Amino acid sequence: MKKTFELEDLDCANCAMKMQEAVLKIPGVKACEISFIKQKMTLEADDAEFDKIVKLAVKAIAKVEPDCTVLL
Amino acid sequence: MKYKLTKKQKKMLTRIIVAVALLAAVAITLRFIELPWWAELILYVIPYSIAGYDVLKTAFINLIHGQIFDEKFLMMVATVGAFGTGEYPEASFVMLFYQVGELFQSIAVGRSRKSIAKLMDIRPDSATVIRDGQEIEVSPEEVGTGETIIIKPGEKIPLDGVIIEGESSVNQAALTGESAPVDKALSDSVISGTLNLTGVIKVRTTSTFGQSTVSKILELVENASDKKAKVENFITKFARYYTPAVVIAALLLGIIPPLFLGIGSWEIWKVWLTRACVFLVVSCPCALVVSVPLSFFGGIGGASKDGILIKGAGYMEVLSKIDTVVFDKTGTLTKGVFEVDDVHPNIISVAELKDIAACCESFSSHPVAQSIIRAHEGHIDKSQIGEVSEIAGKGVKAVVDGITYYCGNGQLMDMCGAKWHDCHLTGTIIHVARDNGSEAEYLGHIVINDQIKEDAESAIASLKSLGVKRLVMLTGDKNNVAEKVAGKLGLTAFFADLLPADKVAKVEELLANGKGRLAFVGDGINDAPVLMRADCGIAMGAMGSDAAIESADVVLMDDKPSKIADAVKIARKTMGIVWENIIFALGVKAVILILGALGIANMWLAVFGDVGVLIIAILNAMRCMRRLKE
Repeated sequence: MKKTFELEDLDCANCAMKMQEAVLKIPGVKACEISFIKQKMTLEADDAEFDKIVKLAVKAIAKVEPDCTVLL
Repeated sequence: MKYKLTKKQKKMLTRIIVAVALLAAVAITLRFIELPWWAELILYVIPYSIAGYDVLKTAFINLIHGQIFDEKFLMMVATVGAFGTGEYPEASFVMLFYQVGELFQSIAVGRSRKSIAKLMDIRPDSATVIRDGQEIEVSPEEVGTGETIIIKPGEKIPLDGVIIEGESSVNQAALTGESAPVDKALSDSVISGTLNLTGVIKVRTTSTFGQSTVSKILELVENASDKKAKVENFITKFARYYTPAVVIAALLLGIIPPLFLGIGSWEIWKVWLTRACVFLVVSCPCALVVSVPLSFFGGIGGASKDGILIKGAGYMEVLSKIDTVVFDKTGTLTKGVFEVDDVHPNIISVAELKDIAACCESFSSHPVAQSIIRAHEGHIDKSQIGEVSEIAGKGVKAVVDGITYYCGNGQLMDMCGAKWHDCHLTGTIIHVARDNGSEAEYLGHIVINDQIKEDAESAIASLKSLGVKRLVMLTGDKNNVAEKVAGKLGLTAFFADLLPADKVAKVEELLANGKGRLAFVGDGINDAPVLMRADCGIAMGAMGSDAAIESADVVLMDDKPSKIADAVKIARKTMGIVWENIIFALGVKAVILILGALGIANMWLAVFGDVGVLIIAILNAMRCMRRLKE
């Protein structure tokens, strides 16, 4: 499954890059792009694990920038 | 353009104003009153904390998570360091400036995103559908194929469809960049995203919203960043090493020289720690990481306004380096509207030859076939036509009234064994032969000519002036026709008599011989393999053609060859801005690092090197969005 999420208060481009790297490290994530300009995250992962992976991704993002929230 | 501050930005702005006021008050007070150092420190820490408490908070959280290369953490180290070395005002001002810069960056990026989004604002908000005789306003997604929608003057056409009532003129500028309105009457097709200007029209929809032209275009432009440019990947890699390298350099700079120069002297430690702090402030690669993708995004958005859809930053890069453009002839350089010039029958009459040819070609959508059908006066009785088989690159074999005819080029005549002869006129010659059982009997030929597009000549000229060295035309047409067109347009080479498979081979040959990048321009209908093979496949005349939109890397919404030169110009401009930003940002940072190490650059300059450079790079990147002049 591939889904796009909006990100709120994503304030720095370098952080977006770090978030993307962090999310890509989550096991089961097939592809992930975090665009600072679009303020969006596109996440691709297996259907069965998708919800679990989204939760992990949200955690990973909060770790890089606590202010940034994923709009689910 | 107006830009509304978000809640967070407003809060930040208030904090900055309060901190500035306090800081000014403290600075003025200390000018007149002498206070002990600890009182001074406390006075400066107050505005510092008001401006930067969130930076400190985030820095602490990141420290716990082990993210030590975060810019907020570095800012904390740099400012606390400045307090430690006794530079109280500097520490407060640096934090304040950093926050002003961050706020400005956030506004600038927000504005750029808004204006790019506005550039691509072709999405219709609603559709008025007629259901059970009632006009209902619904969102375009809720309208099905085959429903009737009504569009009033001044409204956006929400879905692709065919006019079933009324007439109007339509502004297609949002899709093609061409502002002259187009007249649309009964049974003409209209395209979603265009603007209805004058009359009320009723339209039967031919697609759902998801399948409509406007959705396809939006999807294409929004996902354009998927194909990354090499420069972007370079910046990503660079950023990964730049920050740790600068931080390590700062550490070394702060520790090693004092060890040798005077380990016991606080003054010496202070000097080198200050220099290390300068390093930390310029260690964020943000200016590059923001401005490069922003430039590409702006360039792609700006191009889409001109009816040029570029499917990714990677293709923008390729477009800028093109030195060979290969054109398909028909529909690209020529109008693809053929007219029958002459009919030269053998044995039979002119009318009979026209009649036979029209019957043979009546099922073909090829422009040559269409011209023969148009030239045939009267009705074609399709019930007379039996089996029709196409012989690729040669023509057709058709059974009409029980008799087999061959209709096509000289190769087809050779194949069926007719005694044919060539025509003294240039043009596309369609020969006709009748199968008499044992051998084919030659019935004559029809001369057809295509017209060169009005702007084709100027398009070639401007590509030449842009430094494109090889301008090659490929065609399935005969040599003399190709020669005439190529000569008139000033092309550097042409290859005629090509089958679809030959075109791929020719492009491969040109790719192997060339130095720069190669673009192939076609109409996207039957040249998908060549579009894929070229470094950059450009499809034109894509209004309403899904196949073209999907197979090409760059899509020109209308069918003007002059847009190719525009696309190259936009790509070069965008790449120019990208490199300007890279060189500017890296240059300034390098200079500040050197000056910082020598002790010439102070904290003020360092803050400029961080947020100042970032803001200038963003403003420069915004230029990519502007349309080409002329």
